Amino acid sequence: MKTRMSFGGDEHIFVELDEEMSLEACFRALSLAKAVRESQIRGVTEICPANASFQIRFDPDIIAPRDLWAELESLEQATERAEPVLKTRVVEVPVFYNDPWTRETLMRFRERHQAPDMTDLEYAAKINGHASVDALIAAHAASPWFVSMVGFVAGLPWLYQMVERAQQIEVPKYLRPRTDTPRLTVGHGGCLGCIYSVRGAGGYQMFGITPMPIYDPQQSISYLSEFMILFNPGDIVKFRSIGRDEYDAIVREVEEGRFAPRIRPATFSLDAFHADPAASNAKLVEALDGH
Amino acid sequence: MGIEVIKPGLSTSVQDLGRPGFYHLGIPESGGMDRYALRAANLLVGNEEGAGVLEATFQGPALRFTSHAVVAVTGADLPPRCDGHACPAWTSFAVKAGQVLGFDFLKRGARAYIAVAGGIAVPVVLGSRSTYALGALGGFQGRALKAGDVIPLGDAKGTAREGLSVPESLRPLPPAAPRLRVLPGLYDFRVTKSALEGFFDDTWRVATEADRIGYRFRGGRALEFVPRKQPFGAGSDPSNIVDTCYPYGSIQIPGGSEPIVLHRDAVSGGGYFMIGTVISADMDLIGQMQPNVPTRFVPVDMGDALAARREAGERLAALRRCLA
Repeated sequence: MKTRMSFGGDEHIFVELDEEMSLEACFRALSLAKAVRESQIRGVTEICPANASFQIRFDPDIIAPRDLWAELESLEQATERAEPVLKTRVVEVPVFYNDPWTRETLMRFRERHQAPDMTDLEYAAKINGHASVDALIAAHAASPWFVSMVGFVAGLPWLYQMVERAQQIEVPKYLRPRTDTPRLTVGHGGCLGCIYSVRGAGGYQMFGITPMPIYDPQQSISYLSEFMILFNPGDIVKFRSIGRDEYDAIVREVEEGRFAPRIRPATFSLDAFHADPAASNAKLVEALDGH
Repeated sequence: MGIEVIKPGLSTSVQDLGRPGFYHLGIPESGGMDRYALRAANLLVGNEEGAGVLEATFQGPALRFTSHAVVAVTGADLPPRCDGHACPAWTSFAVKAGQVLGFDFLKRGARAYIAVAGGIAVPVVLGSRSTYALGALGGFQGRALKAGDVIPLGDAKGTAREGLSVPESLRPLPPAAPRLRVLPGLYDFRVTKSALEGFFDDTWRVATEADRIGYRFRGGRALEFVPRKQPFGAGSDPSNIVDTCYPYGSIQIPGGSEPIVLHRDAVSGGGYFMIGTVISADMDLIGQMQPNVPTRFVPVDMGDALAARREAGERLAALRRCLA
């Protein structure tokens, strides 16, 4: 991994930990971004972690760009050997896979898709070597996912599947982006998953939909009343496959202010994950189940 | 006290100086695209510089005032009219209760700022009154204005004067062929040296897809990429990178064909390479550019960028002295 820095105009510094995506690069980006935040450098106004990089916004009237550059270089060296352990939380996201709403939407945009004769799920199952759509869904819901970045639009989490690279689901994005995606669609593009926080354009393959809002600018939903966005970079997500009845029930509970997402504290060690991904994942799922 | 929207114009929204601090969660800073003009409008009517104003795009709204108000219009040359009578731009004037503030056709620029003494008093959300329409956040119900909306006004402090004016020399308008200064960097190594030179040599035109999120440009030559094996997770197109954060003002070129400069309602990240970033001093200018305007991108270094920033700061200081 090689760190690269570049100025984004006179107000941003971009720091790339690696050109390619990996949990290590994401971890390094998160921990270096955290180190920058904790060092409270004068003139730094925003720190945005991304998948394998992060970005700092600064006020060049307060700190000279070259001084900030030097501070970042020394921080980078100091955090090089930081222990890759993250105190975080696991959030369960119920998903109604193969739902009628994303299906209706994907049918409207078939001419923009690589495989117009198949649904997004059928296509993803086929190119990832799964025998059936159900097998793909089982794989999608089996492992935890790491929130590697939040953004694009308000509150949208990018999710990195916590399995060995050979098992990661990989799909191309639509040939041309759709102009419509249902709110709360669970999507996948490249090796990354996402949950669309708002309705709008999108290019990721659509796998399902969650009844659990993750962004509420009105802050009227009970669990989003303190802050309008659910996810933070570094959170861990576990999907759970649900059917129509449970989907409807959760929608009702959310409306009535009775729904509370299942969220549990957890500790994640990158070294432990690499030593035994299955055991590390099992521990995260256990944390969620409250054992 | 309020303003009744009779006609909303093409896209008129409440803006102030924005809500920095939430970009890491995908919420952009928003706020006036031409901040200098926004500040001037507020100062003219005795408001704080960052009070809420209306930003009208390409076309003015028609607004009925329910009470007496002192108003100023700055930014684009979009001549204001009060009950049909011409009113001066960059100058504070009175609108009586019941009168309608309307506008002639746009002559130059793209965005006019309408400040009212007391400020537009929509609720403050995450520290700002700015509208972020993509996230249905802030402003008036999280969206551009519609006919029939009644926009609340704050209490004027009673200090607003009519006839206060910004001198001509401090009323910037976009040149016929703007030059946007760019600090090259980020992922500029993804294209060949001659493609990079071509990008700066060519004349580009503002496309019709030019809004608060970003400005798209057309008309220059397609850029050639340096061949490489794409990194894992980046995507197969040579213009793809592993999704990263986008600076305000950054220039992405999906597929190497049409540059997009992100502005105040930027999408915070994505997977397209960026060739560099428009310097902070030229961001206001973009907000005043109309579709089809011929544009050149000019490479500068950090020293130039900081000098331009100082110059912009001096102009703002001069404005403040004039209107103090």
